[in-house]
Order: sequence, then structure tokens, then C-alpha cells
Amino acid sequence: MSGEKKTFSQWFYSRKVQRVLVITTFMFLPLLLLLVFTYIPFGEMVKFSFYNKKYIGEATWVGFKNYAEVFKRTEIFQALFVSIYYMGGAVVQMGLALFFATLLVFKVKGEPFFKAAMFFPYLICGIAVGFIFKFFYARGMVLDSVLQAFGMNAESIPYWLENRSINNIALVATSVWRYTGQNMILFLGAMMSVDTDLYEAASLDGANKWHQFRYIIMPSIKSIIVLNLILSISGSLSAFEPPYVITNGTMGTGTYFVIMNRLAHENQKVGLACAMAVVLLLIIIACTVAQKLFFKYVFNDGSADESKEAVRRRKKEEKAKRAAAKGGRSA
Amino acid sequence: MSINTKAKVGGILFGIFKYVSMILAAVISLVPVCVCIFAAFKTNDEYASTSVLALPKSFLYFENFKVAFTQANMLRCFVNTGVVLIVVLFVSIFTGSMLAYVLNRFEFKGRGIIHSLFMFASLLPGIAMQVTIYQIMYTLGFINHLYGYMIVLMGTDIISIYIFLQFFENLPISLDESAIIDGCTYFGVFFRILFPLLKPAIVTTLVLKGISVYNEYYSSNLYLQSDKVKTISTALYVFTGPYGNQYNYICAGVIITIIPILILFLIFQKQVYSGMAAGAVKG
Repeated sequence: MSGEKKTFSQWFYSRKVQRVLVITTFMFLPLLLLLVFTYIPFGEMVKFSFYNKKYIGEATWVGFKNYAEVFKRTEIFQALFVSIYYMGGAVVQMGLALFFATLLVFKVKGEPFFKAAMFFPYLICGIAVGFIFKFFYARGMVLDSVLQAFGMNAESIPYWLENRSINNIALVATSVWRYTGQNMILFLGAMMSVDTDLYEAASLDGANKWHQFRYIIMPSIKSIIVLNLILSISGSLSAFEPPYVITNGTMGTGTYFVIMNRLAHENQKVGLACAMAVVLLLIIIACTVAQKLFFKYVFNDGSADESKEAVRRRKKEEKAKRAAAKGGRSA
Repeated sequence: MSINTKAKVGGILFGIFKYVSMILAAVISLVPVCVCIFAAFKTNDEYASTSVLALPKSFLYFENFKVAFTQANMLRCFVNTGVVLIVVLFVSIFTGSMLAYVLNRFEFKGRGIIHSLFMFASLLPGIAMQVTIYQIMYTLGFINHLYGYMIVLMGTDIISIYIFLQFFENLPISLDESAIIDGCTYFGVFFRILFPLLKPAIVTTLVLKGISVYNEYYSSNLYLQSDKVKTISTALYVFTGPYGNQYNYICAGVIITIIPILILFLIFQKQVYSGMAAGAVKG
């Protein structure tokens, strides 16, 4: 071989080939999976939303009829009403999580036990949670016995899962039960990122607990709270598990997702279910955009996201300056 | 003096308030599960005749657990879940970190688009998509096969990619550069230099993904219908029919499914908490 021509191994190990090789091999599998299990189904979903379709058999084009039906069907409209309960639940859950996280910041004896006890429900599988609360709410079972032990008359206790005025609250409570501890851990993580000396310094300066909360804790978790509040809007629309595993959406407990699930898998109204999914997606996108805008214009400073961006910008500028200086010298 | 005592009284009151609310919260968190434990240790007669709040006569009565374990074919389910967990976690860690490496360290055409495609995927409502994913699974012949279920779990995994992307942002690029000057290939840079440094991100992924895979029941219920391939999260469905109100058996089943993850949690508590917090920063 002449010196001019590169051998195969030289060519193979050249930076350029290596680069192409590493990019293609490392991205092949994730991209394939993304295509097959996310974007092809997504495309199909959008397509089906314009068709009248069952799982098997012919599909007929119906235009926007499915979308019109999403807004006309009473059960779907009712589901939006149900999701208000879940939004309320999300707010209560966040309030509780914030409260307990704050208490834990102010040193509690037996902290590991309390933390573990409150976090524990998060680890339980959804279906197990379903059985636990079927047992908990069933007539004459756990909750009824507890209330009777506190002297409540058996006749005045409602049927927790059947009575339409209370069953949604009972279901939302299971979700609060399950996720409060996990939320608390998230808040606690954000609060602990503050230098703990600050609390001591503040209490030496005579700041009471409220002041410490207001001026040290709050700022550190402001952005995570807003983020969670906005997410709770789309989250409450996509609430699924409690009604799915406990009541199967009967007695007026069907959330948007549960009804969509039933339409798709039991009634085989695939087109309508897809239209519902697209509508939900649009709402989620709107929430995400709102969140981005909120962070951009309201939390111009101080939020973790923004400061990170600022750091990146500064680094970029420094790099550019350095490059310019280097270029100047060599020129 | 008086200011001092006032502060002291305030401190004591706050202390009482603090502990009362903590204890209340712990009780509420644990009671629904504790009553299940009570029920699981009761014989049929005992269960029918005593209050659900009453302690069982003996905590050594394991008959209900035996029945639950065999009726729901739990041994099989545990093995299946174990296989799924190991394979999915292993693959997710590699695909997630490799993709993040390429997206973070290389400039190439289409990088921005690919990045946005992954980010947008996290917005798509998962359960809604199952309607059409089901059809793809059907076409591919993946239904009622463990491998099909595992591939679905890997395919709809955006969290681990997110975590690794975050982590790469904070790994200095000078590490790569010096390794390359020393003659390392890009593969070498990734596997020998960077991958060992990803440990915290790997732990976070293991925790978040591990909990979600162990508890995943929706896809499992949809794609794994035959008894041979059922996972532990859906094993309990056996109890919906014939056992209707026999909560002593059902509760025993519930407790069995909780035990493994509880043990893991107690061992890895610290990692679980920090993993949760790390994964949530950009939730």
C-alpha cells in the first residue's frame, strides 16, 4: 500500500468516521423505540380521531364529528366536573406536603420514621391501593368502624363509594393519601438545598418560625410550587388511577381518562377516544406553554431555571471572549 | 426573664403542635395498611366475627398467605416481574445514557429536532396512547409475551433520558477532551471515562424507574393476559371474582406484593429520597 492511501483501519479510526459511528450506534435503538412506540401511535391517534373506527374492521371518515361529540356527550362533560375534585385534591395535597416538609426542616426527633411512614404509600402498587381502599371504605369495614368507635351513629354514615355527593371526595382522598409523602420529599429536597446555617443565623437574630418560613423556606421552593400548581391542572384531567382501580368509574366517578379508556376498550369507539386524547393533549400543551411563560416573565430572577440559564449565558460569553483573545494573539 | 419564658412557652407549644401533627400524619398513612395486616392473619371465622380494627388472635396464622400465594400464582408473577425489572432497568440505563451522551456532546444536523422530539414525547398522555400502541403491539405479535411488554416499557421511557441529559450538562467537557488527546476513541470516552462518573444519575434512574416498573399495572393488564406471563402488579386481579368479600385472603395478597418493595425501600432509603428529589428538579 502506498503512503498516500489510508489503510482501512486508519480510515476506521479517523475522528470523522468515529463520530458518525458513535452518533448512529448510540442513537439507533432509542430513536427506533421512540418512533415505534411514540410517534407512530401518535400519528395514528391523530388520524383515527377523524374516523369512525373499531379495533378491527373498516374505518369511515367522519371529519370533525368525533371532536364535536367530545364536547356534546354528557358523560364527558361530567368528567370535567369530576376533575375539579382532583384539582382541589392536588392543592390540598401540596399544602399538606409543604406543611410537613416545613416541620421536618425544623428538626423533629424520629424524623426517619415519620418520613418513611408518610412516603410509604407511594410505593404501593396501584391495584393494591385499590384493594386497600375498597376494604377501607366498604360498608361496615374500616372507616365505618373507626367512626363508630368515635361515637358516630351507624345510620348517619354514608356509603362512601356509592353516594354521589361524597364518593369523589373519598377517591380523591386516596390519591392525597398516596402522594402527599412523595410531594413532601420533593419539597424537603428543595428546602434542604438552602444552607442550613441560615436557619440558625435567623433564629439567633430573633426570627420566629413564621419569618423563617416566609423569608428563607418560601423563596427556595417558590418555583417548584408554581410548577406543581400548573401541572395539577393537566394532572387532574388525566387523573385515572383511583376511579379505575376502586370504582371502575361507576356512580359518577368517571374521570376524563377513565371514560376515554371505557370508550376505547369496552365500547370500541376508537375514533372518539382518540379525539378525546387529542383534546387532552392540546390542554396539556397549553398548560406547559403557560408554565414556560410564567417562569419567563414572573420569575425573571431567583428561580433555579433562570439562574442556570444565566450561568450558561455567562459561560458562553466568557468562552467567546477567550476565543477572541486567543484569536487576537495568534493573528 | 419574661421575654425568655415567653419564648420558651412558645417553643414548647410549637413542639407539641409539631409532634401531634407528625404523629397524626404517620397514623393516617399507616392505618389503611395496618388493618390489612390484621385481616390477613385472621381465620375465616375470626374475620367474620370480629371487628376489622381488632387485632388477630395470632400473628402466626399463615394460611391466608398460603392461599393467596398459590391462588394468584405469585411465584410465577414474582419471577416475571424480576426478569422485567432487571432487563428494563439495564437497557434503560444504557440507552438513556448513550443517547444523552450523543445529544449533549456532539453537534450534528438534526440534533435539535431529535432533542425536541424526546421532550415532546413526555407531554403525550400515556394511557391515551395505549389505544393505538395496542394495535402496533398486535401487529408485531408482542401480545402475551414478556419481551413485548419489556420493549413497551423501554420504548415509553423518557424519564431516564431526561435524568441523564441533566447530568451530562454538569460533567465538564474537558474530561472528554483530555481523553481524546490521550488517543481514546469516542466509545472509549463514553465507556471508560464518562460512564463510571454517571453513578449518581444511574442510581436516580434505578430508583424512579424501578418503582414505576414494579408498580406498572396498566400495560401489564393490557398486554399480558395469559397466566404464564402475568406480573406481580396485576396478580391481585385474581381476587376480584371468586373472593369478592373475603378480605382476609385479599389483604394477605396485598401484603405479599408490598413486602419486597418495602424491604428494598428500607435498605435504600437514602438513595430513594435523593433520587426522588433529583428526578423532580425538572419533573
